[in-house]
Amino acid sequence: MKVSWFKPVVFLACLIPLARLGWKAYNGALGANPIEVITHSTGDWILRFVLVTLAITPLRKLIRQPWLIRYRRMFGLFAFFYAVLHFLTYIWLDKFFDVHEMLADVTKRRFITVGFTGFVLLIPLALTSTRGWIRRLGGKRWQALHRLIYVSAVAGVIHYVWLVKADLHKPLEYALVLSLLLGYRIVSWALPKIKTRPAGALQPKRVNVPEV
Amino acid sequence: MLIRKAPDIPSSEITGKGLYLNRRKFLASAAMAGAAAVAGVGLRELASPSAVALANAKIDGIQKSSFSTTETITPFKDVSNYNNYYEFSTDKYEPAGLAKDFKTRPWTVTIDGLVKKKQVLDVDTVIKMATPEERIYRHRCVEGWSIVVPWVGFSLNELIKKAEPLGKAKFVEFATVYDPKQMPGQQGRVLDWPYVEGLRMDEAMHPLALLCFGMYGEVLPNQDGAPLRMVLPWKYGFKSAKAIVRIRFTESQPVNTWNRSAPNEYGFYSNVNPNVDHPRWSQAKERRLGEFFKRPTLMFNGYDQVASLYSGMDLKKYF
Repeated sequence: MKVSWFKPVVFLACLIPLARLGWKAYNGALGANPIEVITHSTGDWILRFVLVTLAITPLRKLIRQPWLIRYRRMFGLFAFFYAVLHFLTYIWLDKFFDVHEMLADVTKRRFITVGFTGFVLLIPLALTSTRGWIRRLGGKRWQALHRLIYVSAVAGVIHYVWLVKADLHKPLEYALVLSLLLGYRIVSWALPKIKTRPAGALQPKRVNVPEV
Repeated sequence: MLIRKAPDIPSSEITGKGLYLNRRKFLASAAMAGAAAVAGVGLRELASPSAVALANAKIDGIQKSSFSTTETITPFKDVSNYNNYYEFSTDKYEPAGLAKDFKTRPWTVTIDGLVKKKQVLDVDTVIKMATPEERIYRHRCVEGWSIVVPWVGFSLNELIKKAEPLGKAKFVEFATVYDPKQMPGQQGRVLDWPYVEGLRMDEAMHPLALLCFGMYGEVLPNQDGAPLRMVLPWKYGFKSAKAIVRIRFTESQPVNTWNRSAPNEYGFYSNVNPNVDHPRWSQAKERRLGEFFKRPTLMFNGYDQVASLYSGMDLKKYF
């Protein structure tokens, strides 16, 4: 969509989850355990934004809407934004900046270890998300670096799977969507190599923004 | 223009005082609901059945108990809207709504296994076996949050004495009702239904072990385990079975549902113990609902009087 107002609208829409939390917190409507609600809600939105980010490339090819690419960075950065909030909730409202306890958590508790890994991997991606960094790194290297999002997404879903007590429905829904999105990439990478017809038949045309 | 004289109002159409007052009450609560909605209070809170359905469910003749704590009681609203009750939902905010129409009468409790006389009792007979007491207990969930609740009930040992278990009976097993039509959570296989919990006989005989049918002076809300549940304040919350339909005396140790589901994470004893972590999270601290900072978790949830039940046992092994 080329209309100029659309991007700011999407940007504001991405802030709705945070606004809702803030509004509910202000009104004391976050229920019996507000901090738990904040933790779970920010966590959910990281995964949703990561999945939306990963859905851009398949979508724009499958439905031939190349303009979608211009929203990918924004969604990715919102994933990072909610990850920062989620992480802050943990170090502040859960651990109260107790470094000793956090170190014990990261080393002893696998769901924290994997979640922390997923978060740390997002940091270089957020830092190098600018045009300047794409230029400085060069398309190929930038692209290679940003494939870390795959690892981060898998880590995020595993973090959720390892967290729940018995009901795996929700984490497995994320896992299903993620495997479809990663599956698409495997297929589109492998298919041209398997097919006997000239390579490039399925290969999309290179655009100025590198693929991830 | 003809102005007709108003006909006399037949007495059958005059609103009785009771109805009239009810109407006032209805209007007042409707106005409050409106105001609350404007103020942004979640719909879930308004939909909460507890305040309405239980208006007349006061329990009479409740005695005080020396087991009660003087700590601040968690608001009724929180205890009745934040429930780990997987029979209804794995989302703690959902049982309040989903259990609204759950039928707790007629209800029978089967007492069987190694007892002198097996019997099927009406739940109201069970409830009247002893004088109801208010026990204000700390309640610690395995997930790391806690509440303080004024439960109403009496020591389980009152029932056990009347049930006359045989000498061979070493354990007591509790089973929750299995009724997937009424309990949507049971339509899935999140846990192995029906929910089963158990105690060693000496634990069950301990006066702290409460057979519970009320809270906050009223009959238990459905989402809190009505009509009959256990409350074991020195153990993690999941040990306290809800909506009990069978109490069975056995020679061998019952396999409790959570233990069957994840044996390395949930043991048979499940005593509150800050020194033994859940494999995936620490149990050293807890968040008391309504408080911002976490507080240290106490051994046996602060109920030291049960310590002698476990003397000589390695509580890391028998977690």
